Amino acid sequence: MSIQTLKGVWWKKVDPSEKVWLGIALLWCLILFAMMPLWHLKGGQNPSFETYRTTAAMFQAKVDALVQKAKVGEEKGIPVIAPDPKEDVYMLGRLWQWSPVLKLKKGQTYRLHLSSMDLVHGFSLFPLNLNFMVLPGYDYVLTITPTTSGEFYVVCNEFCGIGHHTMVGKILVE
Amino acid sequence: MAAVFRTCAHTGLKVHNQAERLIKVHAVAGVLSILFGGIAALLVLLTRWPAVHLLDPTNYYRALTFHGMNMLIFWIIFFEIAILYFAGPILLGSRVAWPRIGWVGFALMAAGSILIDVAILQGGADVMFTSYVPMRAVSHFYLGWILFAVGALLGVCNFFATLVVARAERTYEGSISLVTFGGATAAIIALVTLAHGAIIYIPTWLWSMGYVQNIDAGMYRLVFWGLGHPSQQINVTAMVAVWYLLATLTVGAIPVNEKVCRTAFLLYILFINLASAHHLLVDPQLSPAWKVWNTSYGMYLAVLASMVHGMTVPASVEVAQRRKGLSKGLFEWLAKAPWGNPSFAALVLSITLFGFMGGITGVTFGAEQVNIISHNTLRIPGHFHSTVVAGTTLAFMGLTYYVVPLIWRRAVVWPRLATFQAYAFGLGIMIFAGGMTTAGSYAVPRRHWDVQFANSIFQPPVEPAAYLFLGVMGIGGLLAVLGGALYVVITVVSVFFGKRIPDVAGAVPLAAVPQDTGKHTPISGTLVLVFVFLAAFIIYYFLNWKWLSDIWLVK
Repeated sequence: MSIQTLKGVWWKKVDPSEKVWLGIALLWCLILFAMMPLWHLKGGQNPSFETYRTTAAMFQAKVDALVQKAKVGEEKGIPVIAPDPKEDVYMLGRLWQWSPVLKLKKGQTYRLHLSSMDLVHGFSLFPLNLNFMVLPGYDYVLTITPTTSGEFYVVCNEFCGIGHHTMVGKILVE
Repeated sequence: MAAVFRTCAHTGLKVHNQAERLIKVHAVAGVLSILFGGIAALLVLLTRWPAVHLLDPTNYYRALTFHGMNMLIFWIIFFEIAILYFAGPILLGSRVAWPRIGWVGFALMAAGSILIDVAILQGGADVMFTSYVPMRAVSHFYLGWILFAVGALLGVCNFFATLVVARAERTYEGSISLVTFGGATAAIIALVTLAHGAIIYIPTWLWSMGYVQNIDAGMYRLVFWGLGHPSQQINVTAMVAVWYLLATLTVGAIPVNEKVCRTAFLLYILFINLASAHHLLVDPQLSPAWKVWNTSYGMYLAVLASMVHGMTVPASVEVAQRRKGLSKGLFEWLAKAPWGNPSFAALVLSITLFGFMGGITGVTFGAEQVNIISHNTLRIPGHFHSTVVAGTTLAFMGLTYYVVPLIWRRAVVWPRLATFQAYAFGLGIMIFAGGMTTAGSYAVPRRHWDVQFANSIFQPPVEPAAYLFLGVMGIGGLLAVLGGALYVVITVVSVFFGKRIPDVAGAVPLAAVPQDTGKHTPISGTLVLVFVFLAAFIIYYFLNWKWLSDIWLVK
């Protein structure tokens, strides 16, 4: 009974029927643990740990330089760029916009730098469902390879104020 | 001041009048919080349900912040402190060590919660429960957090002091009871958690007033989640202690081996707080090694603890029932359980939903890489509504139906409605969280006013299936809100107008604990159930890795 104090020796040997479950549960926990390092070795989707310190001004300058070089058009006032896979790609989040719009090629690998100009934002590739955090002061580099083509959107999924739900960007993959 | 005791006629426990009063005020504050949070829940629900889309954005984000604070922090921590005043002084037959400190702690918690609620309703803190810097709220919002955390810390310290007093004054013999042990576990975790709260909110408070220039967004997230997630682990631990308590009160449960149960609680202390990493898996500032070790609670040993309790609690029920002669086949013990008792219904639904929905989704989404396809989508609130609401809140509701007769000494009015309440709330949350989690797997974001993106420059196409599951979420949510409202009404009416219960043994029906026959009692039914659970776990876990492998390559 679990509300009474225990007298005498109560630390008895574990019953075999309980031992079965304890053993199997422990085994399952170890499998759960092993999956993550294994996926780092063999899997194609792992959170990046390439991070640099930056500032809003520094990052903005990199975005501007890239836009100047790789701009191919404009969509609803936001520059559209078609970057060379050999170069680093920059995308910034700010209240309440992602910029620039990216035109990527399927099967090519890009180094995509993400940072925020102001508050914390969430980079959610929609409707693919690939999510990363974008923090001010951090330049987060994702090495991504689009494996499907079409129109994708970048939905902000970290609350960033009253216009949060309007913060949507775009990535086109050919 | 000499302590005044009464002896409970129903349980034989010695009850210090200060413990009883402190339980009452904390429970009242908890029920008020769930009322406030529940009103906000309805408004949030009716906005996120695309077919209704009730509030405008400002009011939606405000209601969501209000809902999170009142439910996740105020309701649950007030109730947990009440549980500590039960598990410490009452179960050990001791006086409360520091009654005055108890009242000071309560006053601080009450003041903190009022400051926070006022700040939110004034429109000065539309920052969500997490208030990530550099997003800024008015300074009294942060001050409210600090006062609340300090008040709760005083309550926790009072519990520890009571353990010391009870031992020194020899109010009990032998080892403390399992429920007290579980309470102590929760209290130790609370100490670590609330300390993180102080560490992060004191500088943030100073920053909000301009005394500190800059708080790093990554550092804030790391330390905040040292408070934010572990505070949910206090809930898990307190909930498990309440499971053992409810199993005893409703069927006279007998744990098969208390060494196993207590060791599992110890694993919580050692490992569960690492889970703050769950929120940081797709953050830039932390290394994969840090993420893998912490998100797995150090090789999933806290998950092991929950899997142990998930077996030992039903096993304790099975043993008691079988000893009463309900031992035909695998499941007679379960089929002939007191399903009409609201607290038993709450117990069963709490264990089942916490395990099958909350536990499985939590571990899966908390795998470092699977988090890529879960983070900040509706999958996350889908997960934690299955743990904190279907698990913890439902268990606390079940306990309330014993707190009212034993502490207030009033009968629960409308007992059949109370039974309906437990089922409606449990099933409602099950449907709600199921709809929410599934909608989230279509990338529907959490904390988002408009998934139709009507006001944004681009309109991403949303899967029709996502709308279907948002509708499921809406319908389940309404049932849960009904269950929640009934809980508040039944509790309040019982406390004020319930029939007074005479101080005679048996006036409150408590399950008898069956005699130990000395014979070995099998737990075969429980073992079948836990293996069904394991199968569901394995399937859902590996399905998610499959889904992960279908998205773009990223590293």
